[in-house]
Amino acid sequence: MAFKIEYKLSHKAYYDALKKGKLLGLKCKDCATVTCPPKMTCQECTGTNLDITELSGKGKIATFTTSYVAPLGREVEAPYTIVLVELEEGPWIMGNLIDIDPAKVGMELIGRKVKFGFKVFPGDLYSAGEGVRPLFSFAD
Amino acid sequence: MRRVAIIGGGHTKFMFNSPQSGIEMLAEASMDAITKSNLKPKDIQAIYCGNVLGDFSEGQGMIQSYLADDIGCFNVPASRFEGACASATMAIRDAFMWVASGHYDIVLAGGTEKATAMGTSLATRTFAMFSDGRYEYPSGINFPGIFAMLAHLYSSKYNIPLKKLKETLALVSVQSHFYGMKNPHAQFQKEITVEQVLRGFTVSSPLQLLDCCPFSDGAAALVLASEDVAKKLTDKPIYFAGVGQASSGKMSAQYKYLPRLRAREVSVKQAYDMAGLEPKDIDVCELHDCFSIASLIAAESLGFADFGKAGELWEKGETKIGGKIPINISGGLKSKGHPIGATGASQVYDIVRQLRGDLVDEGRQVEGAKVGLVDTLGGDGVIVNLILKAD
Repeated sequence: MAFKIEYKLSHKAYYDALKKGKLLGLKCKDCATVTCPPKMTCQECTGTNLDITELSGKGKIATFTTSYVAPLGREVEAPYTIVLVELEEGPWIMGNLIDIDPAKVGMELIGRKVKFGFKVFPGDLYSAGEGVRPLFSFAD
Repeated sequence: MRRVAIIGGGHTKFMFNSPQSGIEMLAEASMDAITKSNLKPKDIQAIYCGNVLGDFSEGQGMIQSYLADDIGCFNVPASRFEGACASATMAIRDAFMWVASGHYDIVLAGGTEKATAMGTSLATRTFAMFSDGRYEYPSGINFPGIFAMLAHLYSSKYNIPLKKLKETLALVSVQSHFYGMKNPHAQFQKEITVEQVLRGFTVSSPLQLLDCCPFSDGAAALVLASEDVAKKLTDKPIYFAGVGQASSGKMSAQYKYLPRLRAREVSVKQAYDMAGLEPKDIDVCELHDCFSIASLIAAESLGFADFGKAGELWEKGETKIGGKIPINISGGLKSKGHPIGATGASQVYDIVRQLRGDLVDEGRQVEGAKVGLVDTLGGDGVIVNLILKAD
C-alpha cells in the first residue's frame, strides 16, 4: 500500500482555524501529549500517530515582555506586549496580550488567566505571506 | 582522531559603521592569523566561516568563496556556516573535525558580520529571523524579547524579586565594560555604573539599553593545524580538548526547561565528556552574554552555579580575574561587541590568548590559565561549546 508522508496539521490549516476562532493542536494517540503549535511529530515521544484536536484556548500567563523596539515595518505596533501562555492542555504558545496598557505590565501578570482570540499579521517582504497570532485577553 | 591545535589568530576592531566590507574585515583577520602562524595563503587547505546577514546588510552572499579568492587561497573548498550568533563557533567545530579526521592538516576558520549597515529597524527584523517565523514572529517577537521573557520567567521561577534581579543583572554589564575598557578590539571602551544601567531606556521589559549587547561590525579568524604540523609552526599550540553542539526548537516548544536552555546542557556535556573535565577544571570562560540575563542562564547550564544562583557569582566578584571562574574577560558581547557571524571566532581568539598568556600587557590575563571554555548561542536554537587547553 502506498504511504504518503504529510503534515497532519500544516501551518496554513492552523492559521485557517485560528481565523475562525479555533485553536488546533495535535494529540498523540500513543502518549496523549498535546503538541501546539503543530509539528510533524509529537513533541514528547516523536511519534506520528497524531489526531487533530481543538484546544480550549484558555490558559495562564507563564511570562511576558513589553517590547519598545519593533522590527522594520512594525514600528507603529510598539509598544506591544508579548506573552507565553501555558494552555490548559499543557503546551505553551506565544501571542500578544490586549486589554492592558503595554507600558504598565509587571510581574503580577504571571499566572493571570487568559483566553484566546486572534489577529492577522499581514506579512512583510520576508514572511512569505501573512501570519496569524493568538491574541490573549484576561479571563479572570 | 588526531589532536588539533589553534596556532594563530586575527581580530579586527569591533565597531559601529565599519568603512570596510564584510569580506575585507575577514580578509584582514585571516591574513593576520595566517601570518602569525608562519604560513602563506597557499598552505591553507580549506576555509570554514560564519556569516549570518551579509545577504541583507551588503547584498552579499557566498562570502566564503570570495574571501578565499581575496586572500589568495585559490580554489580551496570554502564553506559558510549559518547558526545565527553561533555561526563562527559552528564553523570552528567543523574545521576541527576535518583536521582531527586526518583529511586536512591546515585550515582557516572564522567569521564576519557588517550588521550596523542595516540600521536598527532592519537589523531588528533580520535578527528576529532566528526565532520561529511561522508561529512566533507574527507576535512581534524579536531578539531582546526572547531574553526579556526569560528574565521575567527567571525571576518568577527562582523567586527572586525583579528589582533585586535587575540590580544583579546590572553588575553583569558593569563587569563587561570594566574588562572591555582594557580590550583594544572592543566596541565600547568606557566604564559604566549600576545607576546608568538602571536609568537606561527600556528596550523590552525588563531589559534596558545597557542590559543589551550592541549591533556590531567586525571579523575574527583562526588557523587550525594537526598536532605534528602545529608543533613545527609554534611553541604555544592551544589544543581542542572537547567540542559539543546541540539544537532546539522554537522558544514555546522548550517550555519544560525554560528558563534553562536544554540544548546548552546537552552540548556542554559532550564537550566535558570528550575532554574528561568538569566545570571546576575550567580556568577561564567566554560565554554568550547577548543580554545580561543570558550570562546567568549560561553560567548555570555550564555548571558554574546552581540553577537560580548564578547572580551570586557576579555579586561576589567570582567572575572577575582572581575569582572562582573568570567570565568574559574580553568584555563579552556586551562591551566588546557582537558582530554575530564573527562572535564565536572572537571568543575563541580571546581564550587562545588567555591560554597562551598573551594578555598581561592588556591587564586582563588570568594568571596560569590552562583550560578555557567557549560558549556560543545562536537564536533560541543552536549551542556550541569548545574546551581549549594549553599543554
